[in-house]
Amino acid sequence: MKATKKKTKKERLNMTKKKTEKLIDKKGLRLDGRKLDALRPVKMEVGILPNADGSAYLEQGKNKILAGVYGPKEAHPRHIAKQDRAVIQCRYHMAPFSVQERKSPAPSRRDVELSKVIRESLEPAVFLEYYPKTSIQVYIEVLQADGGTRCAGITTAALALADAGIPMRDLVVACAAGKADGKLIVDLDDTEDKVGDADVPVAFMPNLNAITLLQMDGSLSVEEFESAIGMALDGCKQLYALQKEALKSKYVVAEEAEEE
Amino acid sequence: MPVFYEKKQLVAPGDLLAEGDYVPGDSTYKENGKIYASRLGLVDYDGRRVQVVALKAFYIPAPGDTIIGKVVETTPGGWVIDIKAPHLARLRASDVVERSFKPETTDLPSIFDVGDLIIARVVAYDRTRDPLLTVREPGLGKITRGRLIEVTPTKIPRVIGRKGSMVSMIKRETGCQLTLGQNGLVLVSGKSPENERLAVMALHKIEEESHTSGLTDRVTEMIKKERKAVESN
Repeated sequence: MKATKKKTKKERLNMTKKKTEKLIDKKGLRLDGRKLDALRPVKMEVGILPNADGSAYLEQGKNKILAGVYGPKEAHPRHIAKQDRAVIQCRYHMAPFSVQERKSPAPSRRDVELSKVIRESLEPAVFLEYYPKTSIQVYIEVLQADGGTRCAGITTAALALADAGIPMRDLVVACAAGKADGKLIVDLDDTEDKVGDADVPVAFMPNLNAITLLQMDGSLSVEEFESAIGMALDGCKQLYALQKEALKSKYVVAEEAEEE
Repeated sequence: MPVFYEKKQLVAPGDLLAEGDYVPGDSTYKENGKIYASRLGLVDYDGRRVQVVALKAFYIPAPGDTIIGKVVETTPGGWVIDIKAPHLARLRASDVVERSFKPETTDLPSIFDVGDLIIARVVAYDRTRDPLLTVREPGLGKITRGRLIEVTPTKIPRVIGRKGSMVSMIKRETGCQLTLGQNGLVLVSGKSPENERLAVMALHKIEEESHTSGLTDRVTEMIKKERKAVESN
């Protein structure tokens, strides 16, 4: 009984693999022409929503993500407030038009889970104990999705928190690593995530050298898992440099205009 | 005891600022003998003290601060005031009316109603309770006229300038009265809308360029230029 079940699963896997092209070609390049350890092109911008206390926008490949932050302000409803620290209320949401097939705008099971893991990956970075009885609201809106939106969402939300002037121990930056066609790759896109063998999203605080989110989907050997984390952290460090640049550029531009 | 940045350099949260025998100031924190930035801002090393002048922050009440707030609720015992801080502030009715007032007979909304703007002073705040305000001092109370401008609270010292040079310059050049709330709200009231417009322009310029030097002179110049442009029309 068990054996037959395994066989059918294997067959199914083979079928899907046959249907799609190879994820990595003979030259060792991926579907979008990237090398195995290359990130997608990234664009970050800070402070673009005047009505929110802090905001950020990020494009990573075909991902387009907007984050807005409010607070800290009095928590509503009252009972969610903690007497000894602030609470973060986080909403990860995918726009109906963010994927090929219209997604219902109501929060799905997946949205709720991602809201929770993103909240938990941001919490260690924020000085919550400074502002008891208040709440900090983080809204992450995925306008266009192409794999790795939880990581991109964390990176964007951390920028928005910093832009809101909320004191933080460090910025949080996230990047995924995984495996496709037997090779370890970094920053998976949608196809690589769905067809590939494994996906390991990692959120990281670079200066404190601390991981705040670690998940895995699929299967990897222990050695592969360890090198996948290493690759994800390298990706995080590259993104972190861009994050800092985005935060600072808003003010550097003003300074340069001054000198002219 | 090394320091890792120059004065007035831009830093982001998590940047290592100094190591060793230093004292953490505003927008910084110390962990394992190392001082890190906790906000985006400009570093300042002042002797052993390391601090960051944040480019954006929210207001944290401190006793003695003059602030501008908005009444959001009247309660039997007083008012609830939004002072743009993480917590709502309270103003007790006994602070305003005679000590023998009766909550059931005194018409509190006739003194301050929801939506009114008031200038007040913070009496007490320690993060465990809501900040407490008073209006029992000259110059405090309901705002009846003028224009309200919002700037980031950390920039209020810049609006004041060294020994008040910036604020007195704006007052002199525009003929407007400025009331600075430590919570980032500034009340501008002048004799004419034109004067008020000039003062508001000056405030916006200060906010945008607060991290650059020689600002007072540039703002003076801008006001004079604007004034001339208006007069020649």
